[in-house]
Amino acid sequence: MGIGRTWSVSLLGLRGAVVEIEADLSSGLPGFVLIGLPDAALGEAKDRVRSAATNSGCGLPARKITVNLSPAALPKQGSGFDLAIAVAALAAAETVSTESIGRVLHLGELGLDGRLRPIDGILPAVLAASRAGFETVMVPVGNADEAALVPGVRVIPVASLRDAVIWHGGEFEPEVIEPILRAAPPSVDDREPDLSDIVGSADAVEAMLVAAAGGHHVFLLGPPGAGKTMLASRLPGLLPDLDADAALEVSSLRSLAGMPVGAALSSRPPFEAPHHTATAASLVGGGSGQIRPGAAARASHGVLFLDEAPEFPSSVLDALRQPLESGVISIHRANAVAHFPGRFQLVMAANPCPCGQYGARDSECTCPPHSRRRYVGRLSGPLLDRIDIQFRVQRITAAQLRMSSESAQMTSAEARARVAAARSVAAERLAGTPWALNSQVPGSWLRGPGVRLGASVTASLDRALERGGITMRGYDRVLRVAWSIADLAGAQRPDEEHVGQALYLRRAIST
Amino acid sequence: MAAKDALGRRGEAIAARHLVRAGLTIVERNWRCVHGEIDLVARDREELVFVEVKTRSSVAYGHPLEAITPRKLARLRRLAGAWCLAHPAEHGQIRIDAVAVIAPRTGEIEVEHLERVF
Repeated sequence: MGIGRTWSVSLLGLRGAVVEIEADLSSGLPGFVLIGLPDAALGEAKDRVRSAATNSGCGLPARKITVNLSPAALPKQGSGFDLAIAVAALAAAETVSTESIGRVLHLGELGLDGRLRPIDGILPAVLAASRAGFETVMVPVGNADEAALVPGVRVIPVASLRDAVIWHGGEFEPEVIEPILRAAPPSVDDREPDLSDIVGSADAVEAMLVAAAGGHHVFLLGPPGAGKTMLASRLPGLLPDLDADAALEVSSLRSLAGMPVGAALSSRPPFEAPHHTATAASLVGGGSGQIRPGAAARASHGVLFLDEAPEFPSSVLDALRQPLESGVISIHRANAVAHFPGRFQLVMAANPCPCGQYGARDSECTCPPHSRRRYVGRLSGPLLDRIDIQFRVQRITAAQLRMSSESAQMTSAEARARVAAARSVAAERLAGTPWALNSQVPGSWLRGPGVRLGASVTASLDRALERGGITMRGYDRVLRVAWSIADLAGAQRPDEEHVGQALYLRRAIST
Repeated sequence: MAAKDALGRRGEAIAARHLVRAGLTIVERNWRCVHGEIDLVARDREELVFVEVKTRSSVAYGHPLEAITPRKLARLRRLAGAWCLAHPAEHGQIRIDAVAVIAPRTGEIEVEHLERVF
């Protein structure tokens, strides 16, 4: 009769809390009691654990087993605690070494036959274990690749409870069984679409470059067929590779969402393009019981593209205001708050009116003015206010097509090199401040000592402010974009031309 | 008498012997009332012990202790109350124990005694 004690991880959002699992074997009638706020899936663990133990040849004694998950007040979800519960119970029964299981953190779901099934969210869980100081983590074979992505952690992949018991000093003969693996991810074409596919819209390409260089949010307005979707889908290709921490975060979110992660961290920024029927929960995250990340969280460190933005319910769009402001998505529940990273670059595309033709050079709009106003008016002011670059895209003409086929197109690789150069200039200037990109810098700093632009440079901007054409907040946004343009051009500071260009990138919507 | 009843009788006899060897005194066997039957009533120093005996010839259909359900225990508790009413002279604490007997037709007999199961 004894107590077995081991560890596992409970995930809330992207943050994991280490959970201690204690099993007590007492001289009562046979029974299995699981306490410590388990949800339905976790409550069923007792039946899975008992069957798995019996079918692995190391059955639990016919005694009362009490398993406590502590901290007892933290709600726990899912089936990932099965392995930890099983080894703790077996340690209480003195089948495995109590000392051995106390040093290892266990993750994994048990099948009734004793085999271990891979679980979702293994990457953030192992990361949490590593941050909590655990050096050894036991995971199902199907999750071994993913767990191994976390540096500095010894991963022990096991195929079955029997293997786990043997590793912990149980005296059993190893049995060869077929491990349960994850379905192989469908072979996706991971080549990003190239910028050189875009013909004719040189100024649109330039706008995307500025957006990539400064990390600015973009709003593209234009008739159908102007290439808005094409432009947006090229933006991730312009962004530099993710650093190690960001790549780990992106993969963690994918893991949490149940998407395949693979054996190597992807260093390319993610691209998420939810359909306009998306709900607020699917965009920012949510769900009953376990809180899952939404498209905006999965687009963190990458691009969130909302095509046909006015077609999104306004409540859904406005749910993005908080992450746009703070870079963090918080989902509140009665018993917990989950936080996800929400530092994505937003690209919205819209037609200028319901028929889509307003402002097009080659066709006539049939919409009455009020329906046109109402259409773009669906995008709330506070949301548009957070978007630095608002740009009008036009369909290309036959003449542009002919001309462009003669001149060489910029490729994504060339563009990315320019963006990387611009970003490093900005990072150097912003060294010692909490910001890294122009889009993050508050206006007061840009108007402050040392970086304030001369009156002659900002003359056009000052005039627009005087006339009421732009607000003070708009003024700051133009300044930010002007700095990005100057960084791209390799200039020390923005000149009149850069400010003029920035003003142009702000003035797309004049309905 | 059916074979299962014979096994049960045999198990109760084995259990009684086991308890006596453990230092308990048997007060009554197979006490019956309208609520049902108590297998064994014993005395362990100051305590009065009501014992449920469960016998099986093998563990092929599970351990005998697993067959003692919460419902059965609740009935045993009611019976214990009834016994105390019928024997007002007996005083002291009471407890409920379970004894599992695994008695195969040939071979080793196993007895397990759990104290305070309720």
